[in-house]
Amino acid sequence: MTARIGVVTFPGSLDDRDTQRAIRLAGAEPVALWHKDKDLHQVDAVVLCGGFSYGDYLRAGAIARFSPVMETLIEQAKAGLPVLGICNGFQILTEAHLLPGTMLRNDHLHFICRDQKLRVENAETSWTTDYTAGQEIHIPLKNNDGQYVADEYTLDQLEAEGRVAFRYLDFNPNGSQRDIAGVTNEAGNVVGLMPHPEHAVEPLIGTGRTDGLPFFTSILKKLVNA
Amino acid sequence: MSRTPLDTVEHAAATPDVELPWAELGLKKDEYERVVEILGRRPTGAELAMYSVMWSEHCSYKSSKVHLRQFGEKAPQSDALLVGIGENAGVVDVGQGYAVTFKVESHNHPSYVEPYQGAATGVGGIVRDIIAMGARPVAVVDPLRFGAADHPDTKRVLPGVVAGIGGYGNCLGLPNIGGEVVFDACYQGNPLVNAGAIGVMRHEDIHLAKASGAGNKVILYGARTGGDGIGGASILASETFDDAKPSKRPAVQVGDPFQEKLLIECTLEAFKEKLVVGIQDLGAAGLSCATSELASNGSGGMRVTLDDVPLRDSTLSPEEILMSESQERMCAVVEPDKVDRFLEICDKWDVIATVIGEVTDGDRLEIFWHGGKIVDVDPRTVAHDGPVYERPYARPDWQDALQADDANKLPRPETSEELREQVLKLVASPNQASKSWITSQYDHFVQGNTVLAQPEDSGMIRVDESTGLGVAIATDGNGRYAKLDPYHGAQLALAEAYRNVATTGAKPLAVSDCLNFGSPEDPAVMWQFAEAVRGLADACQQLGTPVTGGNVSLYNQTGEVAIHPTPVVAVLGVIDDVARRTPVAFQEEGQLLYLLGDTREEFGGSAWSQVVHDHLGGLPPQVDLERERLLAEILISASRDGMIDSAHDLSDGGLIQAVVESALLGGKGARLIVPDGLDAFTFLLSESAGRAVVAVPRSEEVRFNDMCGARGLPVTRIGVVDGDTVDIQGEFTLTLEELRTAHEGTIPALLA
Repeated sequence: MTARIGVVTFPGSLDDRDTQRAIRLAGAEPVALWHKDKDLHQVDAVVLCGGFSYGDYLRAGAIARFSPVMETLIEQAKAGLPVLGICNGFQILTEAHLLPGTMLRNDHLHFICRDQKLRVENAETSWTTDYTAGQEIHIPLKNNDGQYVADEYTLDQLEAEGRVAFRYLDFNPNGSQRDIAGVTNEAGNVVGLMPHPEHAVEPLIGTGRTDGLPFFTSILKKLVNA
Repeated sequence: MSRTPLDTVEHAAATPDVELPWAELGLKKDEYERVVEILGRRPTGAELAMYSVMWSEHCSYKSSKVHLRQFGEKAPQSDALLVGIGENAGVVDVGQGYAVTFKVESHNHPSYVEPYQGAATGVGGIVRDIIAMGARPVAVVDPLRFGAADHPDTKRVLPGVVAGIGGYGNCLGLPNIGGEVVFDACYQGNPLVNAGAIGVMRHEDIHLAKASGAGNKVILYGARTGGDGIGGASILASETFDDAKPSKRPAVQVGDPFQEKLLIECTLEAFKEKLVVGIQDLGAAGLSCATSELASNGSGGMRVTLDDVPLRDSTLSPEEILMSESQERMCAVVEPDKVDRFLEICDKWDVIATVIGEVTDGDRLEIFWHGGKIVDVDPRTVAHDGPVYERPYARPDWQDALQADDANKLPRPETSEELREQVLKLVASPNQASKSWITSQYDHFVQGNTVLAQPEDSGMIRVDESTGLGVAIATDGNGRYAKLDPYHGAQLALAEAYRNVATTGAKPLAVSDCLNFGSPEDPAVMWQFAEAVRGLADACQQLGTPVTGGNVSLYNQTGEVAIHPTPVVAVLGVIDDVARRTPVAFQEEGQLLYLLGDTREEFGGSAWSQVVHDHLGGLPPQVDLERERLLAEILISASRDGMIDSAHDLSDGGLIQAVVESALLGGKGARLIVPDGLDAFTFLLSESAGRAVVAVPRSEEVRFNDMCGARGLPVTRIGVVDGDTVDIQGEFTLTLEELRTAHEGTIPALLA
């Protein structure tokens, strides 16, 4: 048996098909979920992918957070459903208060697209067990609103609890506090990050690295072994 | 409240003496008289609006048509061509049942007025052309030209244009994989913002812009219609920017990429369910264009009720609704029993869709407003029978003097040290410098099929995951070459794009072009245009790559001063397996560097002459299309058979520019030896066409040489990939670090 992993399409989602491909390449079964449908169709985990949901004209993720599918998703995530938020998905998860902090516009005020070096800080979440703690990886990054901010207390707490999941290395591309690229919730089932692991799963495509594939193999192993 | 009576067809017939503002709408007196002659009466206001926008230069190609015919007349026989010139975009067969549609268009004038929105809506427009053919858009490219890099206005225009392209394209989820950025003072008041897009579909999914089948419904869907861009198509293309007439500067349209993304998805879903008989996007000339083109390309007539058009501004007059260029709108023709399903799909995507009319069995386009008939025309007369001008043209009297001012006679560096300094200056010059500050503002990765993106020689997209089938696209143009000799300059643009596609391992198949020129009313400009078109058509014929469509942008001039004639050429190629693609970057130390082709003393229009001497004169490099074809065949074979690990075409900046780029991208240096019979200066900086530099693994050396020898392609071993410097033996050494600082520092320093 394999795991069924849902990918939500909001109006303005861009990386939904790419994420489905990454799930397939990892050996799991991708399931398309629709923003107007509250039903998660018994998936074992969900990825909120990148894009500009509802155009993101208000604030990235602010409207998507109130969509019908999110009602169920928030409830089930709190009950332990593994959820990965990539880029816009990360923004939605912070808007939904499933993850702490928020994202501001990049400090340099430009959209930025680059091959970004990261350090995996927490290899024990549902989505990172196929990495080792401290592992350095390259994952494409592309965002307009990727500057992670939170109050000092929250940041200290995140660090103390090992909940900074990924940190930017060598270059902070958007002004994120403490070079934070991604965080996890306390339980480790909800993870969000700005870089795009689904764009680093095939040797020929994009930057030609496959450093993103372990996100999808990690969750598959967890679900199949569960 | 009293109102003047609605200007219906009946009213127009009864009031022949009413004066209409035809001149203000951009029509010439004889053109207006022709409209009256066609209708047998004066036009209504609405009809005048339609004729004026559709007969504008922008929509009717009235000055360029007589020359553009050569692209059809000289079209080479090509089995690949599925849809040629005349549709929204050309379609090419790339094998395995796939078809690819691509096109390049200009959005020059709006981008100067309002850089962000001008550039953004340029992307939006070209992408809708691609959707209208039935294809899913898979990539965009943006050939851009600006004034001098250090001019204050460039800092206003460029960042806005780049942000606009990024802001729109990134939100659509289209990887930006190629294009160019060129600076030249000649574009100061007339930046060239060209936008290209590629789409992929199965053969059976090709859709055309025609309305057939009486009783079929005409559905307008997408954004509501507002007052933006009214008359833009007409007035923008028929008047130059002139300080004396500020009132002629019209409102630039405003783009909403989110709406366009929904439009893409809901259109593709409707295609998938085979709900669409004919389709047309609304671009320049809005509903006037969509209704008249759909009706004239189909078998019947069309009846439209303008009252049903969803409006953003309820005070719009019918003329304004017809002329509005509000973005993100499309028009579909749907059989009556499929209308409900079509509307359902639109509703799923929260896209407003409205039946505004139907196909009739007559041959007239009739448009109604408040119950009165305000348009009753033969749609062909609006869409296709516009005026055609045989504009006078003449070789300018300064052309001889320009060509006599030979760049080969400019003072050359006298010492190795001086040559070293000039090379360093060249790779740091705005045109030769890295454009990563610009391209990093575009998403290259989205859709997960990008094999190559800028700064590679061509962008490459995987089309089929299981077989590895892919397509490549390169756009090139060199206004300096074209100024010196428009005929050969246009051919050089084609040759470079063709070569760029082949350098990555793809086989060139077809061409789209964006022809940017000054005022057609100037015989010198018209001569440049005629020569460039003739040159391009001849070269396409010889290379076997048909022109599938494109765009002409005229009036790119400020006062009496026109831009350099700038034909920009896009070449589309196909590669059977993207795993065989060849990148620019050096891959492995110890690999041997070979120069393919002949190097002559050719400095006319060169980057060296511009950067070191601020000079433009002489003749551009010689064109040898048979050599280009042979070089391409060798590059494609070598890629396919694994004989080369990196390749880079030689163009502006010559060999040294290419080697420096390959070295910096690969993080590996090179040792070069000046070949016998060449001096170091010519070896490094000449811009002879038909050349490439390739890196060959030692194990492939014999096989590669044998292939070139057997095919008769001159090949010279010039060095080896090695170390962390670029070393020209016996001349000078540059470290990768100093090259990187020079090459990558320029653009951010000027524009960030």
